[in-house]
Amino acid sequence: MAEKHVVSRVAEIPPGGRKLVTVRDRAIVVFNVHGQFVALNDRCPHGGGSLSCGVLTGLVGSDGPGRYRYTRRGEILRCPWHAWEFDLLTGRSICDPARVKTRQWRVSAEPGATLMEGPYVAETFPVTVEEDYVVVEA
Amino acid sequence: MNELSSPRAAALRATRSPLVDCDIHPRLRSPADLKPYLTERWWQHWQSYGYRRRHGFVKGHPFPKAHPVDGMRRDSFPPDGSMPGSDLDFMRAQYLDPCGVTHGVMNVLSPTGAGETNAEFSAAMASAANDWQVEAWTRREPRLHASICVPYEDPEASVREIRRRADDPSFCQILLLSRTAEALGRRRYWPIYAAAEEVGLPIGIHVFGYSGHAATNTGWPSFYIEEMAEHGTSCSALLTSFVMEGVFERFPKLKLVLIEAGFGWLPSLAWRLDKVWARMRDEVPHVIRPPSEILKTHLWVTTQPMEEPDPPKPQHLLDTMGWIGWDRIMFASDYPHWDFDDPDRAIPPMLDPATKARIRHGNAEAVYDFARRR
Repeated sequence: MAEKHVVSRVAEIPPGGRKLVTVRDRAIVVFNVHGQFVALNDRCPHGGGSLSCGVLTGLVGSDGPGRYRYTRRGEILRCPWHAWEFDLLTGRSICDPARVKTRQWRVSAEPGATLMEGPYVAETFPVTVEEDYVVVEA
Repeated sequence: MNELSSPRAAALRATRSPLVDCDIHPRLRSPADLKPYLTERWWQHWQSYGYRRRHGFVKGHPFPKAHPVDGMRRDSFPPDGSMPGSDLDFMRAQYLDPCGVTHGVMNVLSPTGAGETNAEFSAAMASAANDWQVEAWTRREPRLHASICVPYEDPEASVREIRRRADDPSFCQILLLSRTAEALGRRRYWPIYAAAEEVGLPIGIHVFGYSGHAATNTGWPSFYIEEMAEHGTSCSALLTSFVMEGVFERFPKLKLVLIEAGFGWLPSLAWRLDKVWARMRDEVPHVIRPPSEILKTHLWVTTQPMEEPDPPKPQHLLDTMGWIGWDRIMFASDYPHWDFDDPDRAIPPMLDPATKARIRHGNAEAVYDFARRR
């Protein structure tokens, strides 16, 4: 049964930001992609690199030599080791989407007032009714 | 590498066999690290004139490396922002300790004077790099072993450097790079092999270096990706040169370790060499054994970068490794470079424990005499 873990204040992870957290002994990295939170294992499914150290980038596409377009800005994560790229919105690898995907966790932003009704786990800081929090279910 | 506190990681560590890493790259914090080991004359020369490597550019590489600072893992910069591979404590904390490295072979790529066109400067830099490896690394960390950097385009100076270091147990091999002015089997390099045999150290050949020629034999590549894929072809030519020049007939105790060249290309090279040798051996009558047998006697290869054929069909990889020989393949990580292999993940998981143990440590312990350190 997944528990709700309060891992951050919303304000700590602005759009384009990230935070590495530990939930039940598991390293999980939370990204804010254009206002939407995404949580995935801090471990590349290809070679085991730490995804929280990856580069946030976009997608370069081309329909022929000399032509290119840059899309999906800020939605693609590149692993710091072998540069495998993942679509943060689906967790799937760009080059091998059918077979390779990152482990994703349910994550949401919730107001402190709702959380106070419980149950939740907040190991590192107190939750107050005034603020909004990032909640990972794991 | 990043679930180290979890119970699963603890269980994994408890069941690991020893680990020899055949390719670790320490790096200077800054050029001043070498100053204590250079005479004033060569320090001033370096500061005033810099390198003259065997390529057409004044500085750096003739093509852009894909990552910041010569292709480093982006998470390998120490907390103070210094160069990846330059901080022993950080290397211990990020790699040696958590991955359970028992012995690590250091291969310093630059600056070592490798391929430097000024012969005396090249020799001075190689010697300084060797002093630095001892003082900054092996003296402080008994798990690490150094490779003797030599000014390989000047074999006589290389022999002097090999003899100078041979009795120091900090050193476990002699290091060459793969792209050299002439094919490495040519006689001009034989004094290096004679000295290696004399002092009983293997020759490690790490890929890269600058030959002065185009990296491919059909001209200059346009992209870094071509450079990365080319090592198999230059190393095929290199091994062919070793075999056909008769190096191993002349130096029967010579051990050769090919580092970071991949190995998927090796079985087809050996088959082709055997085929042409069977028909044209009268051109090279000094080659008295089938080339594949020569390679199986004298050559070892390292894992990183592992071939990754058809992920759902690992049998292709296992067949390739079996053709090369389970006694010839040794683990290497390439820490802290971007294409680093994690030892807990890179070795094919379906191998039986005994075979994994040979790749993790047994084969390397047969090549390198680490016990010299004790």
